[in-house]
Amino acid sequence: MTSISGDSDKDKVRSVSVDLNNDASLLIDIPDALCERDKVKFTVRTKTTRSSFQKPEFCVPRQHEDFIWLHDAIVETEEYAGLIIPPIPPKPDFEGPREKMHKLGEGESSMTKEEYAKMKQELEAEYLAVFKKTVQVHEVFLQRLSSHPAFSKDRNFQIFLEYDQDLSVRRKNAKEMFGGFFKNMVKTADEVLISGVKEVDEFFEQEKTFLLDYSIKIKDATAKAEKMTRSQKTIADDYNHISGCVNNIAADNNNAAFKKHLETCSEVFEKLRKVEDRVASDQELKLTELLRYYTRDIQAAKDLLYRRARALADYENSNKALDKARLKGKDVMQAEENQKQCLEKFDKLSESGKKELTNFKGRRVVAFRKNLIEMTELEIKHAKHSTSILQSSIEMLKSN
Amino acid sequence: MSGSCGRNPPPFPENDDQEAELDARVLDSDEDESEDIFTGAKSKSVLASSACDEGDIFSEEGSYIRRDAHHTTNGLNSDEELDLFTEATVELTLTNTTPQGRREIIGPTASACNPAPVPNSILKPSIVTKTMEELEEEESGDQFELNVSVTNPEKIGDGMNAYMSYKVSTQVGKEDSSSGEFVEKRRAALERYLQKVVAHPFLLQDPDVREFLERDELPRAVNTQTLSGPGLLKMINRASDAVNKISIKINESDNWFESKLQEVENEEQLLRRLHAAVDSLVNHRKELCSNTALFSKSMAMLGSVEENSALSRALSQLAEVEEKMEQLHHQQAFSDFFVLAELLADYVRLLGAVREAQSMLQKKREAEAKLLWANKPEKLQQAKDDINEWESKVSKYERDFERVTCTVRKEVLRFEKEKSRDFKQHIVKYLESLLHTQHRLVKCWEAFLPEAKAIA
Repeated sequence: MTSISGDSDKDKVRSVSVDLNNDASLLIDIPDALCERDKVKFTVRTKTTRSSFQKPEFCVPRQHEDFIWLHDAIVETEEYAGLIIPPIPPKPDFEGPREKMHKLGEGESSMTKEEYAKMKQELEAEYLAVFKKTVQVHEVFLQRLSSHPAFSKDRNFQIFLEYDQDLSVRRKNAKEMFGGFFKNMVKTADEVLISGVKEVDEFFEQEKTFLLDYSIKIKDATAKAEKMTRSQKTIADDYNHISGCVNNIAADNNNAAFKKHLETCSEVFEKLRKVEDRVASDQELKLTELLRYYTRDIQAAKDLLYRRARALADYENSNKALDKARLKGKDVMQAEENQKQCLEKFDKLSESGKKELTNFKGRRVVAFRKNLIEMTELEIKHAKHSTSILQSSIEMLKSN
Repeated sequence: MSGSCGRNPPPFPENDDQEAELDARVLDSDEDESEDIFTGAKSKSVLASSACDEGDIFSEEGSYIRRDAHHTTNGLNSDEELDLFTEATVELTLTNTTPQGRREIIGPTASACNPAPVPNSILKPSIVTKTMEELEEEESGDQFELNVSVTNPEKIGDGMNAYMSYKVSTQVGKEDSSSGEFVEKRRAALERYLQKVVAHPFLLQDPDVREFLERDELPRAVNTQTLSGPGLLKMINRASDAVNKISIKINESDNWFESKLQEVENEEQLLRRLHAAVDSLVNHRKELCSNTALFSKSMAMLGSVEENSALSRALSQLAEVEEKMEQLHHQQAFSDFFVLAELLADYVRLLGAVREAQSMLQKKREAEAKLLWANKPEKLQQAKDDINEWESKVSKYERDFERVTCTVRKEVLRFEKEKSRDFKQHIVKYLESLLHTQHRLVKCWEAFLPEAKAIA
């Protein structure tokens, strides 16, 4: 498994799904991206040895909407009905840091120059972090497609990677063709279909129960994790503020010894702030992002179940139609043909679905393990770091 | 004169060199103590009176208010002063008989002269006073909602010693004073107060203070006086009287006082900001606490649904770790508050008091200076004897004022020294609490790591 970029952060996010980029004949990454106002322009780079592509290496600019188009195109391809389709990456969202920047601008008068500069720097880092994350989730999406035997050969995928002009024209055509019809069907049918259909297969019965329950719980866990991480962040901000205030008091003070103490105190808070910031962002990356990703993936698995459930419903309907036709003695051949096709489709879906879901289990467990270990190690590292900062400061204060 | 806990300079005796290194907990302030204080119908008299008669330039009779003494004013005793305060005597009782609503005299802080000539001297037996703190908090619309009503006017006594007595009823609203947190706050504040008192070399010698600390059982307080507020007002009146007779060769002192006032004002501002920042930290820490608890529960649920048994176990363990974190955050918030926030709040109030005292002093001096210039020409026209007497009075008061100034300066310096020591100790204590939390964090996560690695 080759990783193209040496950036450690990238590796860490990629680890959310661990079987990526294992096919050397088609390697994809997003080495670069540009942010203009609301729009992010990703540079998608392909390195390939496959003859189906015109060049061995090339780049194209793509926007988030192009990804959506690709995802929808794949979803609406009948052939892939029995596969778990990688979930669409979330839209780039800079609202959070932007709002904070705005608030910071408003509160500028109430804080010192240093404090303002510090907070600004921090916000810029946050902005950058959001940016990096969105690049990575888009990259992971493409890599999941490229490492899947079926998807990597998809025609639309190739167009996405290769077409060197603006995709938006093609996008519009595609929309007209499909009209999002299939997707809507899936959405409305949903839980009713899945729970209504009588399940004959033990495996799928279990999967159904498990996935339905799990998806609710993981959604909840994601939300709570997000809240917790945000709280962690605000504490870091508070430390920053406190550090600034203490510094001001120190600056104002004439007593030399006391001044030194205050300055030491201010430094401690500043150092701790940095650590708390790291704790918050690591938690975000390892825990919250993991939960988010698998919430989406579970949904994709559920979608597979829906499609299979519908195929089963179709099959049952075709059976009824055949019986009716036999009774009436009309169009029996047609009905038989229809029934055969429905059965074939259903069987195919069941077979590939089973494989996909089993793989999914394994993938999920491995990803959780990796991330939990990494998160724990980071927490330990940060806590030890804080400990040493505090110990040395306490010694310094006591010795004076 | 009731100089309280060295914040406002009580007159110094000769030996002002001893720096009381007593920082230990002087009282075993367990819940019982607090309970007594809250439920006791009578209040214990706390060192409101500093005993030393000698160095007191203000009191001509040289006696302070003691617990058992009867005076109709609470501050310095002098005939002249009587006028100011006779009307203001009141009988205070608290209507609530429950622990709630008992706001005892042991206020940790005392704002300086509350300029409002409001009921503040109490001098009748079996009376509980409202502390200056209460009054201050009333005025600042603090978290305590006090409903005060003054009723039952009664003329007591006759002739020159007659005065009006009123019944002042107080109802403390909102904060549940029987709640654990309130009691803890109270306890901590009382402790800090006592520590400040004993740190003051002068007050430490006060027999009342000694008695308070040493005796197993204190007799029911028969009368108590408020702390420095009106006492300080007295002192300032005295000071201003003295100034009234002094010529304007006190420029030097003026400058010093001016710059000090400025310093104090600045510092107060900065401390306020810091206090607000720490307050914010406390609140956010509490939020983190509850969010962590929610997350922990959510993780436990997820773990219970997970089909892979090792992963399921790991997720449940993670939920437990997060629960422990929640407890750590909770304790940390506690520490944030009690070690840091309360300390800062104390100092903000303190500085406010100092500032007010100084500005009062300033105003009085300015007013008296004007009067002086107005009066002087007249005096000169008086008989020779008068002039002589006057000159000797002037020089006496001049010396007195010098002494006061000196005292005030010493006191301010002492205050600053102690403040920086106090701060440093608290900072160290707080950092130690943070350190403790981080240690525990390391342990929690190290315990979890093998569980995570065991996932298969």
